[in-house]
Amino acid sequence: MAFRKVRDFLYVMREKNIVREGMEMAFLTLKVFCGLHVANKYLFTIVLPYGPSMLPTLSLNGDLILAERVSTRLGSVDRGDIVLVRSPLHPTVVVTKRLIGLEGDSVSYVVEPGKSDRTDTTVVPKGHVWVEGDNIYASRDSRNFGPVPYGLLEGKFIWRIWPPKDFGSLGPNKTEPISDKDLSSTEAI
Amino acid sequence: MGTQNIMWNYSKRIFTFGLIGITISDRYASVAAVRGSSMSPTFNSSSDTLLDDYVLVEKFCLEKYKFSHGDVVVFSSPQNHKERHIKRIIGLPGDWVGLRHSSDVIKIPQGHCWVEGDNPSSSMDSNSFGPVPLGLVQGRASHIVWPPQRLGAVERKVPEGRLSSS
Repeated sequence: MAFRKVRDFLYVMREKNIVREGMEMAFLTLKVFCGLHVANKYLFTIVLPYGPSMLPTLSLNGDLILAERVSTRLGSVDRGDIVLVRSPLHPTVVVTKRLIGLEGDSVSYVVEPGKSDRTDTTVVPKGHVWVEGDNIYASRDSRNFGPVPYGLLEGKFIWRIWPPKDFGSLGPNKTEPISDKDLSSTEAI
Repeated sequence: MGTQNIMWNYSKRIFTFGLIGITISDRYASVAAVRGSSMSPTFNSSSDTLLDDYVLVEKFCLEKYKFSHGDVVVFSSPQNHKERHIKRIIGLPGDWVGLRHSSDVIKIPQGHCWVEGDNPSSSMDSNSFGPVPLGLVQGRASHIVWPPQRLGAVERKVPEGRLSSS
């Protein structure tokens, strides 16, 4: 009789432990998920850009890039940075472009690269930025859809982490100098 | 030693709940205060600033960026990314919208929407800054949650005569 009571008691205890362990596991999973979300949304993210628009800086595919989300939030991105932009045409898509002009800059660009040398100059309006791909022959960027609102910027590339031979920082080191700006903060409409 | 332990435990707990709270407000829903009278009479129908309406902003619509005419959305201003506005979607890509202060009709480009306040005298809407990229939208106002006597769902209504049918 006493033996059965002890056995039942032990059984109940084990049951309770399993429930408690299950709860603890679920809570731990929740914490890890939330921690990852916050880190990915507010600090760093890893991007796998593909497509020809950023050649030759980024290869067609296979580069793994570490991007940080702090400077876009603080407003400290600068001309020459490679940024993540939520596409103005397809809101579910995030594209990779180089920041060419900030608000108030006047930007000159080749309208139809490869077809003619005609250039156009425009002033970036308030609260907007001008982004272009490094490969102007195969890039849909501000030359097509105009300046984009700053709020669409979602991150700035800092390091290439794969392939290992190209490991290093991705600073504003574009070979062609970014010279077409006069920084006279023209009052934009 | 004991008090230090308690403090440490408390701060760990606060940190954990902070993470969970931020995740919920980013991915699922958050609460935002409505300032100003641009959405009157839907929000802030009285001019009493102490009784600002608070709305529940759901984020599930950001999975696919699918919106309907008449949705009330929160978006960051195209002119200043630090400001957030709350307005009603009048037109979606492909629609033709007549400007309020002139007789021009413009076509809404791909990936954009036309937003206006319910209060015709509101200033900061698409009539001043043009179509807004859908990527700037941060959520859809689904319910009024405060003050309690105004608790209820936000209606999806489409104003008459703003869209020029094509």
